[in-house]
Amino acid sequence: MGTFRTGRTPPRVGDGVIFRRALIGIVLFLGAILILAPLLIIGVEAFAKGWQVYRDTILHPDTRHAITLTVLAALIAVPVNTTFGVAAAWAITKFDFRGKGFLLVVIEIPFSVSPIVAGVAYLFVYGLQGILGPTLDAYGIKILFAIPGIVLASMFVTAPFVARELIPLMQSQGRDLEEAATSLGASGWRTFFSVTLPNVKWALLYGVVLCNARVMGEFGAVSVVSGNIRGQTNTLPLHIELLYHDYQAAGAFASASILALIAVFTIIAKVALERQGAGRVRPAANPAENAS
Amino acid sequence: MKIRLDHVVKTFQTFRAVKDVSLEIESGELVALLGPSGSGKTTILRMVAGLEFADGGHIYFGEQDATDIPVRDRGVGFVFQHYALFPHMTVAENIAFGMEVSKTRREKAAIQVRVNELLRLVRLDGLGDRFPAQISGGQRQRVALARALAVDPKVLLLDEPFGALDANVRRELRRWLREIHSELGITTLFVTHDQEEALDLADRVVILKDGHIVQEGTPEAVCRDPKSSFVMKFLGDANMLPAEVRDGKAYADGAVIEASGLADGKAELYARPGDLDWAPTGPGIAADVSRVMDRPGGRRIIATTKDGVHLELDLEPERGVKGGDTGFVTLRRAKVFAA
Amino acid sequence: MRRNVLPGLRLSLGVTLLYVSLIVVLPLAALVFKASTLGPVDYWQIVSSSRAVASYRVTVLAALAATLFNLFFGLALAWVLVRYRFPGRRIVDAMVDLPFALPTAVAGISLTALFTTNGVFGAFLSDFGIKVAYTPLGIMIAMCFTSLPFIVRTVQPVLEDLDPALEEAAQSLGGSDWAIFRKVILPLLTPALLAGVSLSFARSLGEFGAIIFIAGNQPMSTEITALLIFIRLEEYDYQAAAAIASVLLLTAFIMLALTNWLQARALRYTARN
Repeated sequence: MGTFRTGRTPPRVGDGVIFRRALIGIVLFLGAILILAPLLIIGVEAFAKGWQVYRDTILHPDTRHAITLTVLAALIAVPVNTTFGVAAAWAITKFDFRGKGFLLVVIEIPFSVSPIVAGVAYLFVYGLQGILGPTLDAYGIKILFAIPGIVLASMFVTAPFVARELIPLMQSQGRDLEEAATSLGASGWRTFFSVTLPNVKWALLYGVVLCNARVMGEFGAVSVVSGNIRGQTNTLPLHIELLYHDYQAAGAFASASILALIAVFTIIAKVALERQGAGRVRPAANPAENAS
Repeated sequence: MKIRLDHVVKTFQTFRAVKDVSLEIESGELVALLGPSGSGKTTILRMVAGLEFADGGHIYFGEQDATDIPVRDRGVGFVFQHYALFPHMTVAENIAFGMEVSKTRREKAAIQVRVNELLRLVRLDGLGDRFPAQISGGQRQRVALARALAVDPKVLLLDEPFGALDANVRRELRRWLREIHSELGITTLFVTHDQEEALDLADRVVILKDGHIVQEGTPEAVCRDPKSSFVMKFLGDANMLPAEVRDGKAYADGAVIEASGLADGKAELYARPGDLDWAPTGPGIAADVSRVMDRPGGRRIIATTKDGVHLELDLEPERGVKGGDTGFVTLRRAKVFAA
Repeated sequence: MRRNVLPGLRLSLGVTLLYVSLIVVLPLAALVFKASTLGPVDYWQIVSSSRAVASYRVTVLAALAATLFNLFFGLALAWVLVRYRFPGRRIVDAMVDLPFALPTAVAGISLTALFTTNGVFGAFLSDFGIKVAYTPLGIMIAMCFTSLPFIVRTVQPVLEDLDPALEEAAQSLGGSDWAIFRKVILPLLTPALLAGVSLSFARSLGEFGAIIFIAGNQPMSTEITALLIFIRLEEYDYQAAAAIASVLLLTAFIMLALTNWLQARALRYTARN
């Protein structure tokens, strides 16, 4: 028996010890500065003036109202967006029709548009200078500078989220199972709930979690449409800005810490859901390419 | 370049893929590593290439111990089962790759000349500007071979080179590889699970099972003189009859075969379909014809003995046998192995 | 075209079209309409005013710088996450999504706290005479933060799916690590890299919340276009706001088309032999 060495594998490109350690070091160093530090500083600054100030800020009526408003916006916007996302994913992946590619592009638009532009666009629909503004005003319906406007603007910005998670996955899953179910006599709803949904539940859940995080965190679009009235139309992100500009940095960070916790939860949820099979699907082909 | 493997071992976590293999390949030989999946043949090939490191034993290229030399310095040409052509490069650029990255600087013009030479050798002239996605599987494999040859390798290694291709393309490429080998004379080692391919191509066949060499020799030697029932069954269709050895003869259901050298006791008798014959009257093994299958080359009969054993016989097309006939199976040739 | 055999097309398509028209198309159409009510002359005057142009310059230059930085950092990060094992790798992988999950305003105040002259990093840098907060450098860093995940997440799957046989083939042909990276790996990553870069650039152009805290917001020098639109709104100059917003919208459309095209090309390359 010759000499025995175990478990060595030949090095691949970039596996040299020095290079590898140096690259990992640089990447982790920059990552700590650019990504980790901003997260940690929230905690530090939030408690900079002590626990008392933190508590007072969180329990302050304006803060509590902002939280309520933010949660309310999420409670409305997320289910609506989810319904839309599911409907869109169903229509696009299970059927062929003209204009499918175009529809996909349109769904992706909010992803590329600046949130300010989104807010301004909503202004020009529901504001007094907008198309529907004068009519709504005549009937006393308040959209802008009130909750409906906030919800609508948030829906614009997060519209693609659920659809984007579902479409590549459902595309790669094909239609065979649904066709089998239908041929066995199942109705549309039955097919969807018994066959399709179980296959995509983790991706769906992830899309919902992500959508929620973005709705709660939306700033630019909501800045434009909410009117910034303290205690009445400020969502939590706007409330943070308000406190910050009022030189109440610790208060701002205290409020920010709530959103930061939600962000951390979102990330943890993502890791857990990816283990189950959600998240980064390698699309077999760009869905837009499959449009006939 | 002579290759020698000396007690080579490879373990993947808990699985012993290669258990103590020793092998010598003469310079210029074309050797086939043949075996079922899991036999370790690809692992051995990759260790010779340097794409895996041996966990025990040594590998020698000529006089040099190459065991720890990294793949890029071994001077081998490796052809992958799925070609591994660089999809973003043209055929010509693929072939030129080894020359362009080599430590010895070559003139652009010289590289071009050699690329064209190789394209001619593999009969793909004029296709230099195509991309891998634009040519057929058989053509891709030829490009892969040209690419491997471009660096003047001392050893050529092929991993199931024709496995992903259609049967006729396979046969054509087999013939062509044999020609190239005669022309260039490079020591060549290739892996296959297809016994016809190994027997057609190789100067010598090495049969592997479960990480061991079970038999090696020329195609003639392994065909005419299989040393175990595994080799017998692996190389082609074989009928098996249970037998009893007494005093150097094996007795099986009415047939008697020389079995000198085997101890008395239970044994297995193997006979190829082409070595069996059918007669309406004895002596022989009594059997009934259950099925007749017509083939281009003749007729294959399935005959069932009184003990319920199914025997397959190959007969000439003119023989008028039909299902239900009763008769006797005779043995022209058979091999006996201890049970 | 295959025949549509499954049920529910009318309902799902109806819901989809209704939603998309109401929530996405209607507002954008209103914006375009409003912008078009300005005559071409007035439109051009607003859109090319020196303050507007300065804002384009600030935004685009910072976005270019940030995208360039993210190109290298994102590629390195993706490489490290895919090809190496080290303690905490899973956590680092998860943290790459933080800029995606964290509200932009929160990111804004955090980055500002870190990079003002008495912040943790700002103090260190000002010893070298480098000011980050309230300068274009600050804008760039905010854009780096918000756009980083795009490049990492577009490159990662391609790197993971890279056929190891290609690398082995290149090694067997005698290539050095650098030669193989340059001639084989990088070209195969490039389509995905470009797609990620264009997504990252597009996001940086439109970013608002993360930037306005750290930027200083001085007209002509540290004012981004999105902020200029906001200011015009506060001045009740709705036509100017519409005009400049339409410029950003047009840019967004162009970037969207570009990204889609690049992503289609990227997918074509990852199809194995």
